Amino acid sequence: MKAAVIVFPGSNCDRDAVCALRNHTTRHVHRVWHRDSQLPKVDLVFIPGGFSYGDYLRSGAVAARSPIMAAIKEHALNGGLVAGICNGFQILTEARLLPGALMRNAGLKFVCKSAALTVENTKSSFTNAYFGQPTTSIPIAHHDGNYYADNETLDRLEGEGQVIFRYVDNPNGSARDIAGICNAKGNVLGMMPHPERAIDALTGETGGLGFFESLANAMAGARK
Amino acid sequence: MSGVTDQLSPANLAQAQELGLSESEWGVILDRLGRPPNQAELGIFSVMWSEHCSYKSSRRHLRKLPTTGDCVICGPGENAGVIDIGDGQACIFKMESHNHPSFIEPYQGAATGVGGIMRDVFTMGARPVALLNALRFGAPEHAKTRALVSGVVAGIGGYGNCVGVPTVGGETNFHSGYNGNILVNAMCVGIADQDSIFYSAAKGAGNPVLYVGAKTGRDGIHGATMASAEFDDETEAKRPTVQVGDPFTEKRLIEACLELMQTGCIIAIQDMGAAGLTSSSVEMADKGGVGIALNLDRVPQRETGMMPVEMMLSESQERMLIVLRQGQEAIAREIFERWELDVALIGRTTDTGHMVLTHKGEVVCDIPIGPLADDAPNYDRPWREAPLRSVFSSKDLPPCNPANALQILMQSPDMASKRWIWEQYDRHVMADTIRASGGAADAAIVRVHGTDKALAISSDCTPRYVAADAFEGGKQAVAESWRNISACGATPLAITDCLNFGNPERPEIMAQLVRAIDGMAEACAVLGFPVVSGNVSLYNETAGTAIPPTPAIGGVGLLADASKAMGFGGAQDGDALILLGKTKGWLGSSLYLREMENREEGAPPPVDLAMERCAGDFVRSVVLAGELSAVHDLSDGGLACAAAEMALASKIGLHLRGGDRLSDAAWFFGEDQGRYLLAVKPSQVEGVLSAAKMAGIEVEQIGSVGGDKIVLNGAPLALDALRDGHEGWLPNLMENE
Repeated sequence: MKAAVIVFPGSNCDRDAVCALRNHTTRHVHRVWHRDSQLPKVDLVFIPGGFSYGDYLRSGAVAARSPIMAAIKEHALNGGLVAGICNGFQILTEARLLPGALMRNAGLKFVCKSAALTVENTKSSFTNAYFGQPTTSIPIAHHDGNYYADNETLDRLEGEGQVIFRYVDNPNGSARDIAGICNAKGNVLGMMPHPERAIDALTGETGGLGFFESLANAMAGARK
Repeated sequence: MSGVTDQLSPANLAQAQELGLSESEWGVILDRLGRPPNQAELGIFSVMWSEHCSYKSSRRHLRKLPTTGDCVICGPGENAGVIDIGDGQACIFKMESHNHPSFIEPYQGAATGVGGIMRDVFTMGARPVALLNALRFGAPEHAKTRALVSGVVAGIGGYGNCVGVPTVGGETNFHSGYNGNILVNAMCVGIADQDSIFYSAAKGAGNPVLYVGAKTGRDGIHGATMASAEFDDETEAKRPTVQVGDPFTEKRLIEACLELMQTGCIIAIQDMGAAGLTSSSVEMADKGGVGIALNLDRVPQRETGMMPVEMMLSESQERMLIVLRQGQEAIAREIFERWELDVALIGRTTDTGHMVLTHKGEVVCDIPIGPLADDAPNYDRPWREAPLRSVFSSKDLPPCNPANALQILMQSPDMASKRWIWEQYDRHVMADTIRASGGAADAAIVRVHGTDKALAISSDCTPRYVAADAFEGGKQAVAESWRNISACGATPLAITDCLNFGNPERPEIMAQLVRAIDGMAEACAVLGFPVVSGNVSLYNETAGTAIPPTPAIGGVGLLADASKAMGFGGAQDGDALILLGKTKGWLGSSLYLREMENREEGAPPPVDLAMERCAGDFVRSVVLAGELSAVHDLSDGGLACAAAEMALASKIGLHLRGGDRLSDAAWFFGEDQGRYLLAVKPSQVEGVLSAAKMAGIEVEQIGSVGGDKIVLNGAPLALDALRDGHEGWLPNLMENE
């Protein structure tokens, strides 16, 4: 079981992601520089939060065109797991690996707070550990987290179980309270909340532990 | 200044005065150079000798502050202060003002304030791990206030959030005294290894001088001079002197510099802050005892046709100057190019003792470094303290309904929740934040990554006390910082300060500065809490009206075991409430008097530093012994406001009895210093009471925790109503037309 954390020059949750993966998912975590064109052989690609290229244009727009993205697309196409958190979610929509877009928050301000979530699908590779406990709380910290897609897409996401997380109290105007989605195949996930910040009672919450445990389960299952 | 020839023409007194230099300072320049300076040289003298860069009004008084102690590795004089936090690690921190630019252009002013203070910290080899901000705005109803709050907060968040350093704490006050000059003080705290700390002394001649980071533009020219003058009706015209920040470049600069620091290539490094390339190069050369020669044609430029003086005075952001060991340029170049930053060899250190600048093949500046740095003016400005206020007598105050007063105070501008502000700051990035704003502790608590240790960080000042009595107010600011850190269970180690005052050329303002420093010095000495870094911001005046004197204190303490950190949100049903410290019912200069009676009068509460120390040491010991459910220091609004914050954070009501021989106003809202409110499990009460008495501290059981109301001497106030008022004030101000 191996994971790669992609590092863009403006990534700022990469260290947190590496720590969380090492402690709760797999000991084998590589850091991969955005200008690399190849991925090491891994089961999971993790695109962390931050401001990849400053995000002065649209969040994630420049990063989605960086050299490493072709390899990530190929990894996803081959069924490998991809998780994008916050800026990672923005990058995945910009790269068309996930449908929809993340617009400026409805309140137009950056929002950093704990967010109560319902886990809408507890069978996914990212949420299987929440089975039987489909609510959690994970902090958000973003300016552009207002999920948008057309109604047809939203209906399809809901119908196919691709809505993974929903906000209990919508903090940013997201369509249908969506906090996280996956692709049709279920191997690519994007979410705005930061599970890597919710794994230690001393620093706040532990609602993100299930996310990393789910990934460990999924990677172990895929290897069997 | 339209061409190179003009730059070389001799300057005159009128031009010097236009740049803020006095006639006597002009005389010194003529004397030291033996000739009139040319235009470029004059520009360089004017910024180096500005109040902002030279501390010419405050230097002799700052020397009174204690700056040494067991934990001090490097005190004032470098980019930031360095203290020992054990295990071979150091904490590097500083607070700095960005007041003038933030008033003119709040978003960029505040953003670049955050960027600048981070550079001061990572310049020394530390990874920034926490940011705090001490903000003072004008009256809430003032026409400019909302736009300034909105812009400053967005600017702080926009920068810190992007760089990825958590903004964990701070303070926000509103007062009409800041209507014309807001204060934006930013503090950054970083962590380094003690064997990898970098200083600014560019020792040795012939070493390459490397420019890295962003390109140089025309922004911020004469920013340091602007920050050394009063505002007037023309202030709006100063907008071009405000710098523009780029946090993405800062993020890359941090990573690239920290990477280069691991290679052993660096002799000296300094960020280009106020007065940009001028002050960074002069300070490095001066401290290293060398000269410096720069070829300005090699400076990466964002605009065409820049004159030497423009390049030298530009305050474009996100730039660093590095003196490398010879032959190591390729290593540095590889790192900075990988991070897509400009990197240019722009000169060398020399043995001439002069700063020599060439531009298009001509020497445009050749001046000895000594006069620029060490011979900067050092004034003993006259000061005359206003007569001290008499002690306020509360006898003639109208009767008080304490529940009603508590509701009003808790939704007053200074006490109301600042959630609207701190929810715009990323407080959790880096995943080591244990307590931040809203975390119900007296200080922010940030774990030292990969260890069980944590730093406790606090920012404090009570300007109304300093305005009433600068000496007691200065003392109080330091004592409150020490108290807040102690309440969390941490050992206070050292402080940084940011001294914000009006025009020092006015004796009554100079007196505030002098006496506040005296008070701070006394508190630092008695509490063993040295000053390791700081900043002075003077001329915070508009049209002759000065701000309330505001010496903001940024304190840092250490918790050996982060899991023992204590806050005020853990009070449990059935806990006893214990008041520690002596209560006389001091209402002079209190929040109660200001908010309820509209009176800003009376001497401020004095701080008994010996008792302060005794009470703080006691509180720390019982916190670490695990004997408390919650603890809160008593400050603005006294006992009742501390209890209300404890109740709101703990989500449970409480009862407090009335005071013996004191009116409800004096008992519940008096602001006697050196006090704490403790929530203690019933089984521990006797032990805590007797231990406090043994330590010689006045202590009494005054109430209990439980229910859904706060009951003050029989007067009830529903927690829900209190919370609505407390949380509602700032959103209502900012979002309702």
